[in-house]
Amino acid sequence: MAEVKPRIRLDKKEVKKGDTVDVKTLVSHVMETGLRKDSGGKLIPRMIINTFTCEFNGKFVFGCDLESAVSANPYFEFKFKPIESGALKFTWVDDEGVRIEATETITVT
Amino acid sequence: MLRRLSRRETLAAGAGAFAAGLGLAADPARALNDYADQIKKFTGDQVPVEGRVKLELPELAENGNTVPLSVTLDGPLDEGTYVQEILVLAPANPNARVIRFRFSAASVPEASTRIRLAETQDVIAVAKLSDGTFFQASRQIKVTIGGCGG
Repeated sequence: MAEVKPRIRLDKKEVKKGDTVDVKTLVSHVMETGLRKDSGGKLIPRMIINTFTCEFNGKFVFGCDLESAVSANPYFEFKFKPIESGALKFTWVDDEGVRIEATETITVT
Repeated sequence: MLRRLSRRETLAAGAGAFAAGLGLAADPARALNDYADQIKKFTGDQVPVEGRVKLELPELAENGNTVPLSVTLDGPLDEGTYVQEILVLAPANPNARVIRFRFSAASVPEASTRIRLAETQDVIAVAKLSDGTFFQASRQIKVTIGGCGG
């Protein structure tokens, strides 16, 4: 699979303690459902991103288990409250075990 | 029934891009899926309390391939309690499970994504709290299949 660069947007990267950070992520992926047939009537095998996780300084923050009912190019928005500065690490894993990773840093003042 | 068959034929005839939605190729005779079992599996046979979970969906989705969905938990939570998981189910999709959001004590119980819906149905969300309680809500959404006038 081609190298994919996920798009991540944080509403702010410098926050005060107790503030909420809004995170939006988008990654390119076909999310083939496994239910479609090709022109020859053969089922196209399922090929989806099945897991998304977001960790902050190594600690789990948010994640999801995806099924084939998630649209192509999965988009997620979530919010969290960082209590210290650190790195927000995003990981997407698909059915072939391909991992897409990205990191953002957040400063808490 | 006839209408659906003709749609399938139309799709097979070349509107392949629109067929990407779940279930457009599914058996038209299909009844609702095993969503009730999936809820039981998720709650460990506990019966969820109605309410508190809020599902945001458009009333009408022209394109079932990409329907914006948001889930939140309404109301204050007890100190130390947080939402662990929210499971989203689509009873009229080929597969009941749509997505399972997993939260932590640091995250806010609120998430959005885009989902595929095969047809008009009541989408269900079940939330699991860290104190072991479950909440459930559903919301109807009308789907104009494939977005091409089905």
